[in-house]
Amino acid sequence: MQLESLYQEIILDHYKHPHGRGLRDAADPADQVGEAHHVNPTCGDEITVRVATDGETLHDVSYDGMGCSISQASASVLHELLTGRGASEAFEVHEAFLTLMSGRGQVTPDEDVLGDGVAFEGVARYPARVKCALLPWMAFKDAAARAGVGASPTEVKA
Amino acid sequence: MTTIAIPPGMPQYDDVPRYDVAAVRADFPILGREINGHPLVYLDSANTSHKPRQVLDVLAAHYARHNANVSRSVHTLGTEATEAYEGARAKIARFVNAPSVDEVVFTKNSTEAINVVAYAFSNASLRPDGDPRFRLGPGDEIVISEMEHHSNIVPWQLLAERTGATLRWFPVTDQGRLDESGLTDLVNERTKIVSLVHMSNILGTVNATSRITARVREVGALLLLDCSQSVPHMPIDVVDLDADFIVFTGHKMCGPTGIGVLWGRGELLAAMPPVFGGGSMIETVAMGGSTYAPPPARFEAGTPPIAEAVALGAAVDYLTGVGMRAIQWHEKELTAYALDALATVPGLRIFGPEVPVGRGGTISFALGDVHPHDVGQVLDSLGVQVRVGHHCARPVCTRFGVPATTRASFYLYTTTEEIDALVAGLEQARKVFG
Repeated sequence: MQLESLYQEIILDHYKHPHGRGLRDAADPADQVGEAHHVNPTCGDEITVRVATDGETLHDVSYDGMGCSISQASASVLHELLTGRGASEAFEVHEAFLTLMSGRGQVTPDEDVLGDGVAFEGVARYPARVKCALLPWMAFKDAAARAGVGASPTEVKA
Repeated sequence: MTTIAIPPGMPQYDDVPRYDVAAVRADFPILGREINGHPLVYLDSANTSHKPRQVLDVLAAHYARHNANVSRSVHTLGTEATEAYEGARAKIARFVNAPSVDEVVFTKNSTEAINVVAYAFSNASLRPDGDPRFRLGPGDEIVISEMEHHSNIVPWQLLAERTGATLRWFPVTDQGRLDESGLTDLVNERTKIVSLVHMSNILGTVNATSRITARVREVGALLLLDCSQSVPHMPIDVVDLDADFIVFTGHKMCGPTGIGVLWGRGELLAAMPPVFGGGSMIETVAMGGSTYAPPPARFEAGTPPIAEAVALGAAVDYLTGVGMRAIQWHEKELTAYALDALATVPGLRIFGPEVPVGRGGTISFALGDVHPHDVGQVLDSLGVQVRVGHHCARPVCTRFGVPATTRASFYLYTTTEEIDALVAGLEQARKVFG
């Protein structure tokens, strides 16, 4: 296996220097805030994602957690890609990331949509690591639903 | 390594039984594989062991030549299958020195074996005529430890929920040993069962059980030992061990998956109500009620894993042929070698005993701040297979303040060269993530 295809420089860089790490209170007190804590039961990795939104724009996507380089870099990329985006646009990015990760390396990512997320193309070839990359994104989906955007609350994982 | 001169007349270093590791390796077809362009370095035998040709041949031959259901057919194939199945039981009984072959109950694995005992407790608690040793209620206590595998935690938590009994546990010391300082308080007149791991699957600690056994006898409780990690690696004698139940699993001892063992003292098994109902476990069945077969059949409802049991018998033959004392010694030497070698890796922290005494060949560690998933991935790229995660022993990780560990575990076919490959791989991981 080519270790470099999994651990691309971009991923290692986000892991060593994470962007936007730490859970933050909403800057605008009128914002809806939703939070979700997800764990990967097979390895014990944990992440908490918090979304602050006025229902239209995601004012902040903050996070904290502990885990492997893939899950932590993925959270950093998630923050970078979705903070400040319109909600519907954010879910398009979310969808594109899910499609990339379920593609077993056969999906060519669009850098205009996924930005640094394209670096996870190699991860999709390692079924054991796909869950690591998806952990923050799944937590984001639940956090967003709790903040009143995206999925209906009935779909939210406990 | 330090050399110590042993005085003449004492057992000498060269007296210990040994075997040819290269010859043993040649028996395991999978060890010839390459992984990611490197020779396979399999350091995950605590998870599951590999199977020698001798076991694979017996498994295939059973289906090719002797396949039939057991204990219910008068025809030739049925007789052959029954003899092979019961013959395997006898081999396993001899392997752990069980006083009677009827004390060996086949299960799916250790987990199922522990659950059988736990459910026997709750079933006995529901029956007015249940044996008092198995009756549990509010005020009664179950004792486990902080170093258990989830399979020796959750069944007892569920039993405590069902019966109202209280679950208590031995803590673990900083060195990864069982903390017995509270023994007399922890195991007391209210204790009904103590269920402990014999060798920890994560720390590698081998628990000395005699003090605990003495206390268990004093208060009239029962003792179950989870021997999943000890039966494959050292000679086990249930008479010597003086437990009431032991459990172990076939796939960790060169046998197939899907077959495990519950050994129990004959009179205790006879006092236990059934757990699974169905064919084979009955004496007579009427629409108004049924009576049950004596052990071990009472606990083996339905068609059992026949070929797997027969192959486990072959695994026991194989291990006996190599010699359990020799395997234990080989692993002791490997463990001493590995502890020394790992100590040379900067930033490496071992969880569990750091001396090759009172421990087996299973070593968990952290490599600085590098996450175990990442360590495991780099090692895999070099053909080195280790386990990463919480090893189904999350309370141990919590105890040592880490979400996960990297674990290397050895077996009879492991070599010092493989440990060198591990150490070299760890250097590589430090380079990528340092």
